[in-house]
Amino acid sequence: MSTKIFKHIQSTAVPLPIENIDTDQIIPARFLKATTREGFGNNLFRDWRFDENDNPKKDFVLNNPTYSGKVLVAGKNFGCGSSREHAAWALSDYGFDAVVSSFFADIFKGNALNNGLLPVQVSDDFLAKIFDELYSDKDAQIEIDLEQQVIRISNTGDEEAFEINPYKKACLINGYDDIDYILSNKALVEEFEAKQ
Amino acid sequence: MGNTLFDKIWDAHVVSSKEGFPDILYIDTHFIHEVTSPQAFDGLRKRGLPVLRPKQTVATADHNVPTWDQHLPIKEELSRYQVDMLTKNCAEFGVELYGLGHPYQGIVHVIGPELGITRPGGTYVCGDSHTSTHGAFGAIAFGIGTSQVEQVMATQCLLQSRPKRMKIEVNGKLQKGVGAKDIILYIISKTTAAGGTGYAVEYAGDTIRSLSMEGRMTICNMSIEMGARCGLIAPDDTTIEYVKGREFAPKGEEWDKAVAYWKTLYSDDDAQFDSVLSFNAEDIEPMITYGTNPGMGIGVTQHVPVTADVDPTEQKSYANSLAYMGVHDDESLIGKPIDYVFIGSCTNSRIEDLREVAAFVKGKHKADNVTVWVVPGSKQVQEQAIAEGLDKVFESAGFPLREPGCSACLGMNEDKIPAGKYCVSTSNRNFEGRQGPNSRTILASPLTAAAAAVTGKITDIRELLSEGELVG
Repeated sequence: MSTKIFKHIQSTAVPLPIENIDTDQIIPARFLKATTREGFGNNLFRDWRFDENDNPKKDFVLNNPTYSGKVLVAGKNFGCGSSREHAAWALSDYGFDAVVSSFFADIFKGNALNNGLLPVQVSDDFLAKIFDELYSDKDAQIEIDLEQQVIRISNTGDEEAFEINPYKKACLINGYDDIDYILSNKALVEEFEAKQ
Repeated sequence: MGNTLFDKIWDAHVVSSKEGFPDILYIDTHFIHEVTSPQAFDGLRKRGLPVLRPKQTVATADHNVPTWDQHLPIKEELSRYQVDMLTKNCAEFGVELYGLGHPYQGIVHVIGPELGITRPGGTYVCGDSHTSTHGAFGAIAFGIGTSQVEQVMATQCLLQSRPKRMKIEVNGKLQKGVGAKDIILYIISKTTAAGGTGYAVEYAGDTIRSLSMEGRMTICNMSIEMGARCGLIAPDDTTIEYVKGREFAPKGEEWDKAVAYWKTLYSDDDAQFDSVLSFNAEDIEPMITYGTNPGMGIGVTQHVPVTADVDPTEQKSYANSLAYMGVHDDESLIGKPIDYVFIGSCTNSRIEDLREVAAFVKGKHKADNVTVWVVPGSKQVQEQAIAEGLDKVFESAGFPLREPGCSACLGMNEDKIPAGKYCVSTSNRNFEGRQGPNSRTILASPLTAAAAAVTGKITDIRELLSEGELVG
């Protein structure tokens, strides 16, 4: 089965300059009762986005019409905590294609890559530049070129290279899938089992 | 150069290692539960694949179950549907299920070890970040996402890059009233919630060696709270004694062979770690958290760190965190009134935790302002507690002993902490809303939680323990 194909994006971005955003904030556990992958976007950042009566909280960035786009830009250690893949599903379902931060939690990063949501890790300085630019120009465009592994702020031309595992990069660009890859090595798995 | 414990186990499970690709790692046992498996089973159906090794797959219902009146149908429709879905999926794919009502049901990270499924040298994964718990046996164990759950179901393998290795040593004698939970909260307060990211952490040192298996599980359980891929502790006589005779532990000749192998599982003297941290047990006080991630912990007598002393780029988040918790710069939390006490979760719901709490509360009673929940980690823990009369001790103290499940750890099932209320909790996460929307969590050890239950406020447990009374 192929996954979503990802190569290049250019989009406005949503700034969320908070550190240690955990997956309980991204999608609280009480919304994990669904048995399909769809629809989690409605509850993305639920308790930051809506009050106890389900009214949008005006001060939260997703409720601020000034900002929209396919790129979420967040503070360091994004996605820490629970392994719930629902966090990646919720971000994708809401419409994000990439998350930019200066540090990602391990499990979230893996989950994002398995769902065609690109985690782009940048330096603290570059992250600060993106926030500055977004706050001075809400329409600032962020370009992410996966093939070249470069992220660029269109207005200023500032750019930075980012790392990605070469295998996962190939998966994203070509729509490869981990299960297909392991199944293509099934003989090795059986050989391993036979030796036990 | 010698090998680390982690590398010895990893190398023994590598099916394929190819430049530019993650390793294909063989998984000995895959634990599954109702919340992170339905989409994976669906994926198998779409691909037309079976669960490759159903006998190496173990299921239970824990996250989304009530902990009261478990014999009745689950009231909440979506929860009932999700738990029923697990039953159907397990039947269709031939996976053993320890569901509600089964004598082996319980929190996935409690039942694996108590059934002897978790053993030294093994590889264990589960769609739950606290899978790191199983590393206490000298195993590689970590949490995975649902796409990976599907991957392991389909192939019994996981694509995984080898993490870096970190050693955390704790040496010296613990103070009275200080235990495993305090050790790990102390470590995370030093590393921060991100300090272990990218590492497999081996815990070592004489303080760690002196811990029971329950204590070691508490330590490894919270490895993920510093971001670590997994945590592990070399197996020794304590480990072997614990596994011996358990339901699914090897028997007879198989046992002898297994033990001989387990005795080779340690980091060689000249093994290289990418990072080494050392702590003194004497420096560790009973710990509590004051903020909204597990790295925000202090000794119970210490004051909340001042915002101005925090890294400037993080001051805004830090101030928001204190505001959420209703605490302020330089506050001492001793004497702060609390509303709920939760004793349970995969961190602290084993029989030893319950015994420790019962020994302390015997003859005491909870404060009027506090609601206390004691939630055993498994049906077996519950039965054992009842057999030892702990339920009676709890009942007299005003602590009802509930039925097994994840309960108030994650604000998913019926057990939630109301908005604005403080809960001293033996669980593992104090994130905003973790125990229910706008709830405020203060993480602590079972003893510190029990002390808060009795006094109705944050209390230094050391002041309530008389000379010679139990040690952590």
